[in-house]
Amino acid sequence: MDSLIRLLKENARLSDEQLAVMLGVSADEIASRIADYEKKGVIKGYSVITNDELVDQNLVTAFIEVKATPQADFGFEDLARKIMSYDEVDSVTLMSGSFDFAVTLTGTDYKEIALFVAKRLSTIEGVISTSTHFVLKQYKKQGFIIENEAEDERGFVSP
Amino acid sequence: MDYDKLIADKCREMKPSGIRKFFDLANQMEGVISLGVGEPDFQTPWNVRQAAITALERGKTKYTANSGLSDLRSSISGYIKKSLGVSYDPEHEIIVTVGGSEGIDAAIRSVVNPGDEVLIVEPCFVCYSPIVSLSGGIPISIETKAEDEFRLTPAQLKEKITDRTKLLILPFPNNPTGAIMERKDLEGIAEILRGTDILVLSDEIYSELTYSGKHCSIVELEGMQERTILVNGFSKAYSMTGWRLGYVAAPAPVCQQILKIHQYAIMSAPTVSQYAAIEALTHCDDDVKKMRDEYNMRRRWLVKALNDIGLDCFEPKGAFYVFPCIRSTGLSSEDFCERLLYEHNVAVVPGNAFGECGEGFIRISYAYSLKHLMAAVECMKEFVEKVKKEKN
Repeated sequence: MDSLIRLLKENARLSDEQLAVMLGVSADEIASRIADYEKKGVIKGYSVITNDELVDQNLVTAFIEVKATPQADFGFEDLARKIMSYDEVDSVTLMSGSFDFAVTLTGTDYKEIALFVAKRLSTIEGVISTSTHFVLKQYKKQGFIIENEAEDERGFVSP
Repeated sequence: MDYDKLIADKCREMKPSGIRKFFDLANQMEGVISLGVGEPDFQTPWNVRQAAITALERGKTKYTANSGLSDLRSSISGYIKKSLGVSYDPEHEIIVTVGGSEGIDAAIRSVVNPGDEVLIVEPCFVCYSPIVSLSGGIPISIETKAEDEFRLTPAQLKEKITDRTKLLILPFPNNPTGAIMERKDLEGIAEILRGTDILVLSDEIYSELTYSGKHCSIVELEGMQERTILVNGFSKAYSMTGWRLGYVAAPAPVCQQILKIHQYAIMSAPTVSQYAAIEALTHCDDDVKKMRDEYNMRRRWLVKALNDIGLDCFEPKGAFYVFPCIRSTGLSSEDFCERLLYEHNVAVVPGNAFGECGEGFIRISYAYSLKHLMAAVECMKEFVEKVKKEKN
């Protein structure tokens, strides 16, 4: 992976100047590379990684397996578009294996999510079945350890 | 019993390490942000750990040959050939040791007679001088300077050579300064040594961690392999400090003598570690590169950040240390470190722990995540500003 992208994935708040120093190039070059990535859609946005438990205790996240029938002309494209048009939907991913879409949803309670799946998701034409899994606890997210980061075990060892 | 009388003079006279003294202070405190340790923060690559597990499962738990597994010695020989372009006979010129440290100890003891002078390039890792003294040798410091980027110059070397000089200890890339010796620098040193009977102990444990092109060893230069004992190991390059594995490569007549010390003291290096080391040498080039790239990013950031807060540092091109000058604060190295520890909970090591010429400097390790480094430098910034205000 490009080292600039890797650094931004670890900390998108690093300034162009800091990134420039780390990569041994000029700040202008960093700025233009980032602008280029944004223009080409390589970088889609900048977000924050949170411990959701601490953000809102009532937040519920679900992971839904969706089986679907691809449509004649559009394959899965049109279906994906329909699913992701709902604001509640965080991510839609086409998968290989025993189901077709992995959908993640966030809501304020279990019932809200259950109703969404029953009334909105499973009624979309082409959706054969859904299977809803609720997230109980997240340990690691986008490379960040959510709770109880391992302590540095290296002691002050020296001759 | 009067133990003082019973203890050997040479041991009693041995000074405790300056790093140790400071670490003991840090150990007594809670919540210390450390920039002190000298070992990588990465995990040993998984395939290396797997190789060790496999070795255990297969019951590879016996001694190996004194000089180490034949396959490992061949791998080491191949690695040196590939990286330095120099050939060592795995049968007679390579010994696998318990870390580079044991290699250094056995190498010094195998060549130093009482009264022999050993030239030690300082600032440097703390072990050379005590080991030389134990052998009855006389440690002679050669003090490198910040204005030379802490490289050894031919003039400095020439000045210290006498007819009793036996050995030059050349520790580059250097702990604590991060200095390296490039081919042109080494050429000047080799020029002086050729035609003398002076041996070189080249401690190249940080050789894989150089950031301005390929590491150059003195053994690559004409006429130098025959007078050099090369020490290297797995701790720094492969993040394998706890595996305790290193090696010595030297001309057969010297190796034969080192092997005697090694076999009486150690028997053979840890067997499981040796199997793991074969995997490290044969399948971890990408891991080494990844770690080096990461260190390099931190190094660039840290050097700039330290200069920005008013602690001048030259650009270290090797190892994982930065060695900034703290004279602008008006404090001695030890006062600086003690106050930084007590007042801001940040632990760094005073430069004079690595030789008197390290006074006025501190050693900062960047074997830490960027996040950790940034938090620590923020504390150091407050401290430096405070101290400078006091001074005016």
